[in-house]
Amino acid sequence: MVISARNPVHSVLFLIVVFVNAAALFILAGAEYLGLLLLVVYVGAVAVLFLFVVMMLDIDFAALRSGILRYAPVGALIGVVLLAELIIVVGGTVISPEIAANTAMPMPPLSEKSSVQALGDVIYTHYAYFFQVAGLILLVAMIGAIVLTLKHRTDVKRQNIGQQVARTPETAHEVVKVKPGQGL
Amino acid sequence: MDSFLSTYLWPALIMIGQSLLLLVLLLIGIAFILLADRKIWAAVQMRRGPNVVGPFGLLQSFADLLKFVLKEPIIPASADKVVFLLAPLISVTLALATWAVIPVADGWVIANINIGILYIFAISSLEVYGVIMGGWASNSKYAFLGSLRSAAQMVSYEVSIGLVIVTVLLTVGSLNLSDIVFAQQTGLGTMLGLPNSFLDWNWLALFPMFIVFFISALAETNRPPFDLPEAESELVAGFMVEYGSTPYMMFMLGEYAAIVLMCALTTTLFLGGWLPIIDVAVLNWIPGVIWFLIKVCLCFFMFAMVKAFVPRYRYDQLMRLGWKVFLPLSLAMVVIVAFVVKLTGWVG
Repeated sequence: MVISARNPVHSVLFLIVVFVNAAALFILAGAEYLGLLLLVVYVGAVAVLFLFVVMMLDIDFAALRSGILRYAPVGALIGVVLLAELIIVVGGTVISPEIAANTAMPMPPLSEKSSVQALGDVIYTHYAYFFQVAGLILLVAMIGAIVLTLKHRTDVKRQNIGQQVARTPETAHEVVKVKPGQGL
Repeated sequence: MDSFLSTYLWPALIMIGQSLLLLVLLLIGIAFILLADRKIWAAVQMRRGPNVVGPFGLLQSFADLLKFVLKEPIIPASADKVVFLLAPLISVTLALATWAVIPVADGWVIANINIGILYIFAISSLEVYGVIMGGWASNSKYAFLGSLRSAAQMVSYEVSIGLVIVTVLLTVGSLNLSDIVFAQQTGLGTMLGLPNSFLDWNWLALFPMFIVFFISALAETNRPPFDLPEAESELVAGFMVEYGSTPYMMFMLGEYAAIVLMCALTTTLFLGGWLPIIDVAVLNWIPGVIWFLIKVCLCFFMFAMVKAFVPRYRYDQLMRLGWKVFLPLSLAMVVIVAFVVKLTGWVG
């Protein structure tokens, strides 16, 4: 439905439904923290901005769709690659279940730790450096975006709250004695 | 068959019963909260407020409900009908769904899940969809402008609300709402050698965060002075402008359910939930749910008073407050609180 809906806004709404479904799958799999985090980050923040952009842009999506047959082989190729990866991963665990034990993080059973605590241990204790590097990369990306778009305009009136609050009657008022018949 | 009955069907029935009970009580409560809002507003402006239907106008909200339901729903011809009707449904459902994890007294909670606070945060971050969808589907400029403003506002204040919640979680060490309340049994007051009292609750230990949370809650629920999405003087009624009768009532209901939820959340996070103000025998006889209700009503009274005497913010001032004041402040508090907790080992 995401790619077949005629209205782009409807497509985004269906995309949100997909996100919610993914979150529900996480919760069903017992990873309730990841599920809710997906809801907060993707549905609550990313998809809202996405919806914003799609609503504001007045793109004729029918014109974009006219090239669909030309791009179909590339799309199909990517789809096949992803499917193959999925089959390898899932098929591998079906053929020899002990592989999963080699790749998985040694995790205490759920009765000892909740998934939140286990995840916190993994991210902030075992992989703390990787976590910080990831944060640094995001910071660099953010600063890059700001540098690219920041413009200092001088023709805009700006409000300085501190200055405004610091005004006293002496600095703000001016008493003018107007002589009759002359005006200012 | 017998085990199916006792393991699945019976708990499910109990849960449905609990949910219905909470829902009915909540809706009746919201009816009176709405009236209280109007009465307080009227009293500040030296008016009488609604006083015709029932004694002191107590039944005004129910009369309004009847009026809304019996009116003809009007859908604009150029509106996107499905999304148009879905928007109020989403906003009211999400606002009511959040109540499942709020503990109203010790053990009185429908879903005592380990990540209750995250659940609330996730659901309340979805509430913005009701507003955006309503504004877009109406196919009208005022509604669209209102919904864009509202979406930007709700997304920005969610950030500071999230950071405030993180500071509370740091001192408590759990995401379970009942644990957060239990952790407030001991705190700043008991460290000074006083008996368990209201001085132990988080509002004193995390006072700046309490203020930030209160103001962000006002902005998050689109209450005055941050009711720019509605802004009668410029946008008519914002994203609700094309709505009438029952769909409008659902938006209204969702809004007030979210407001009362924010009051309940303030109570749970900062005002000690169902705990009595001083831990003595006489006050302990009063059931926890009464204490909880008293605190929620107190919070709502503050919400209503703010509505009555604070003028509306300008949009750039609103964004400045959210991003330039609250975000650095709450971020700094997260770091400070984390240091204090780590160095002193003081939790709860």
